[in-house]
Amino acid sequence: MDNHFDAIIIGAGPAGLTAGIYLSRARLRTLILNENTIGGQLVLTHEIANYPGVESISGYQLGNIMKKQAKSFGCEIKSNIKIKDMDLQSDVKSVILSDGTTYTANGIVLSPGGRPRNLGVKGEDTFKGKGVSYCATCDGDFFTGKEIVVVGGGNSALEEAVSLTKYATKVTIVHQFDNFQAFEYAVEEAKNNPKINFIMESMIEEFIGNEKLESVDVINLKTGMINNVKTDGVFIFIGYLPNSDFLKDTIKLNNSGEILVNAEMATNIKGVYAAGDSIAKKYRQVTTAVGEGTIAALALSNYLHEEKTKKKRDEDKNMNRLAELIDNSKEYK
Amino acid sequence: MLTTNLEHLLKADEHAKAIKENENVMVCCGRMGPMCIPVYGIMEELQEEGNYKHVKFYDMEFDNPESHVIRNLPEVRNFMGIPFTIYYKNGKVVEATSSIQTKDKITGILDKVFAVTEKA
Repeated sequence: MDNHFDAIIIGAGPAGLTAGIYLSRARLRTLILNENTIGGQLVLTHEIANYPGVESISGYQLGNIMKKQAKSFGCEIKSNIKIKDMDLQSDVKSVILSDGTTYTANGIVLSPGGRPRNLGVKGEDTFKGKGVSYCATCDGDFFTGKEIVVVGGGNSALEEAVSLTKYATKVTIVHQFDNFQAFEYAVEEAKNNPKINFIMESMIEEFIGNEKLESVDVINLKTGMINNVKTDGVFIFIGYLPNSDFLKDTIKLNNSGEILVNAEMATNIKGVYAAGDSIAKKYRQVTTAVGEGTIAALALSNYLHEEKTKKKRDEDKNMNRLAELIDNSKEYK
Repeated sequence: MLTTNLEHLLKADEHAKAIKENENVMVCCGRMGPMCIPVYGIMEELQEEGNYKHVKFYDMEFDNPESHVIRNLPEVRNFMGIPFTIYYKNGKVVEATSSIQTKDKITGILDKVFAVTEKA
């Protein structure tokens, strides 16, 4: 029964690692299965200055400490795996990986986190790193003296567009709606910047180039007209998506694909809890993820204890009944 | 300063020594940013897992002037996104990628360019 655990955690971001620390410290055999980088979105944060008890630390270092802490309590971590199938409904839950390995557990914590949203159009992947970027701080300086496009209409898109004017000669914001979702101050700052212009109610339909990006086809969503825009680079800031695709036929999700949980982080399935950026909530912070991971782990520990007690009580009841039957049969003799 | 658990190449001559003394070398040249960290993470995991013992994994800070040895490679002339990840076999560049990569893509490259062939 090497592949059977008390608890399996899907995802090793702050929520999953915290759940791992609590569950393994409670002497429950715990396995974390993780598809991407350990630490999740946390490790991508350059500096974390609002994590209580730590004045300033890089997300990468904090993620590494959490991982070490979880391992020190005996938590097993398997990373960069791919989940092929899951059975969450049965009392003993199972997770099947793409390499065929099956792990089972009495309880599950789902903390698969989120990822930046891609446009998902032709050429996006081909020109990634050759004109298509998702990080202004990382790649902005490659576009010094060049003309670029920014896609999106939220705070990140508008703030990054303004910051990219430090390098680019012209920044064109392409947004699918006729108004912005960003805060008023960010919209105002972008509108007042002479280097920024706007293409509204439009979307990029294709990235075009040879060895690197040369232009994009932009479709006007109202008229259907396609306009070819020459550009050296495109920065995409269109929000985050929960990593819940693999759960859509299993767990109750909302319209945005976020996992629905109650105050104990319990999902609609008995013995399955969820925490972190993939659940339906308003605030997405390392501290909130850690708090949810804690609640999910404690609630799951309690569930496992109750299930064990119930099982023991049922077994005792059955033994007593059997003893009674034996006694009765003796009386008949 | 890169705060990864990989071996850092700080000088151009360290880079030259690394690719001269090791048959298969992967160097990730980036910053501590959102496109680079996942690549460092994957390299650390591959190193820990031990399935690529025939490959030496290093990182190098993109803004370190000494990393001109990577920034000036002809193979990266069209690159416009960090990290620049370079794969060397016997000191020669055999593959180079720009920006974030998945583990599948990285292991795909490692298996292709550093394939272990059984000696007859």
